[in-house]
Amino acid sequence: MAVFARPKALTEKPWHFCPGCSHGIIHTLVAEVIDELNIRETTVGVCPVGCAVVSHEYFNVDMQQAAHGRAPAVATGIKRVLPERTVFTYQGDGDLASIGTAEIIHAAARGEKITTIFVNNAIYGMTGGQMAPTTLLGQVTTTSPFGRRQDTQGYPIRVAEMLATLEGVAYVARVSVHNPKEINRAKKAIRRAFECQQKGLGFSLVEVLACCPTNWGLSPKESINWLVENMIPYYPLGEYRLPKEVQ
Amino acid sequence: MKGNEAIGEAAIRAGCRYFFGYPITPQSELPEYMARRLPAVGGVFLQAESEIAAINMVYGAAGAGARVMTSSSSPGISLKQEGISYLAGAELPAVIVNVMRGGPGLGSIQPGQSDYFQATKGGGHGDYRLIVLAPASVQEIIDLTWEAFALADQYRNPVMILSDGMLGQMMEPVVLPTQEPPVLPKPWATTGAVNRERNEIFSFFMQGEQLEEHNRRLEQKWQAMVEREKRVAEFFMEDAEIVVVAYGTTARIARRAVRQARQVGIKAGLLRPISLWPFPDEAFQRAARKARVFLSVEMSLGQMVEDVRLAVNGQVPVHFYGRVSVVPSPDEIFAMICQLADEEVAVNGSVRSA
Ligand SMILES: Cc1ncc(C[n+]2csc(CCOP(=O)(O)OP(=O)(O)O)c2C)c(N)n1
Ligand code: SF4
Repeated sequence: MAVFARPKALTEKPWHFCPGCSHGIIHTLVAEVIDELNIRETTVGVCPVGCAVVSHEYFNVDMQQAAHGRAPAVATGIKRVLPERTVFTYQGDGDLASIGTAEIIHAAARGEKITTIFVNNAIYGMTGGQMAPTTLLGQVTTTSPFGRRQDTQGYPIRVAEMLATLEGVAYVARVSVHNPKEINRAKKAIRRAFECQQKGLGFSLVEVLACCPTNWGLSPKESINWLVENMIPYYPLGEYRLPKEVQ
Repeated sequence: MKGNEAIGEAAIRAGCRYFFGYPITPQSELPEYMARRLPAVGGVFLQAESEIAAINMVYGAAGAGARVMTSSSSPGISLKQEGISYLAGAELPAVIVNVMRGGPGLGSIQPGQSDYFQATKGGGHGDYRLIVLAPASVQEIIDLTWEAFALADQYRNPVMILSDGMLGQMMEPVVLPTQEPPVLPKPWATTGAVNRERNEIFSFFMQGEQLEEHNRRLEQKWQAMVEREKRVAEFFMEDAEIVVVAYGTTARIARRAVRQARQVGIKAGLLRPISLWPFPDEAFQRAARKARVFLSVEMSLGQMVEDVRLAVNGQVPVHFYGRVSVVPSPDEIFAMICQLADEEVAVNGSVRSA
């Protein structure tokens, strides 16, 4: 008996992600939730620009690929045409918190009934490790070679907390996928986010702390330690908005 | 009806039920009209946070199979260029309205025609084309808006209506379409993979060869547009020796000037491109065989004149007269025609023959 079968909401296509990258785990969690909610045929996904740019090849659902940062606007267009469908975006931190800041804030403020999976790996993966809005102070990247400094490069943005201040947001949580216990929690959060959409409660977002061993210049194992020691203290895990309907 | 509102009503009658926009003068009557009218017909009007968001909402809605439109004016169209390139790359149908004003930069809110290059030569990145239709009356605004939706669906490509501040604000009596809009099935749309293979909408190709193949396929589409979609209007062209070329608002004024010229015995005619892309070059080649000189008139420092020169291909001289964000008067254009007529007489009487 297969205990861990491949979710139906994933295609057979092998990942292109680097060893130790969290994108694969996060894709799998989203696909499992889609399977469990039995919405594979009624879901439309929007993939970003970034390492998940080809996730339309992985998610076995109807998918649109958006311009860098614009996924929430694209998802808005889809949802307004197909209000009965489940619509989600999958976005990295460069995509969502830099070029696409306006789109995510306004989709959230409108209470757009979409779900966003926000992968925060504190760096730009696809373009080779430049500084992201989520890069930690002191963190070395190719465009912050001496470590990010608050006096010249500003402070990292806490997206979950920021969006939690907006009335249109039904559900927002920050989770991590660095060990099995946290992976289970992450899955539960993703499920709640989709349920909020199904119940028409408003905008929902799950921020997932993730590893980018390649651009952090660490082994997969070291990456997990780095995430736990550096990211979680600045980006505390938890549910920042939780409507009673999904508790 | 007012020009801007006429676009809205024609769009609704063409089956458009989704409008995403952002305010900018001189086109705001159009989103305002849609905000009032769309809910009544079961549609959605949404004021986006920016032109960038608006065009990307259009992308999503078009991908979901809807008839969808956005409108803006020059600076706003610049912001929409990213999305327009993506729409073309992902082969999504949508109608985009540019009610042009003066530029560059914030420019003016007076009518202009200086977005011709941007509209017809790309504007966004990549090797793509838009069908660009330039109406010259409120009735034509209605007819071309109706057609724009059909063309967008037929070619799975964005279509642009290139209007300007003068046409947008002008009021004229019109006849509205009452027939049912044509509907093509959209089996490629991302509506949820119920009982079918899933659909993917994208414009990213990891390998150069794949992108080249995609572009080659699109090229055939551009070619089909060039073969089938050229539109032009001719006025007094049977025996025209001086051919005035103008589109949109400027063409209405040039038409008056041509009539004035005829009254004083100058054989002037007007060639008015309706499709700015594909450019109706055969009509120009035909005209150049009989004419002595061309005069391109635009509200710009000279943009369409380059396409006129290409089409005329050196057969006869092509002159240019332009105003920037100022609507030229019929008298100004008439004076230019007279000047060219005199020059032609002088040239004919002496050296011309080579
Ligand atoms: C308009 C635009 N600007 C820049 C880029 C280049 N670009 C591609 S991916 C990327 C960063 C992606 O980083 P992130 O969203 O954090 O995702 P990750 O790759 O880390 O998963 C950038 C800047 C682009 N494709 N489009
Ligand atoms: S570069 Fe980083 S984010 Fe991208 S696939 Fe590799 S590990 Fe993952």
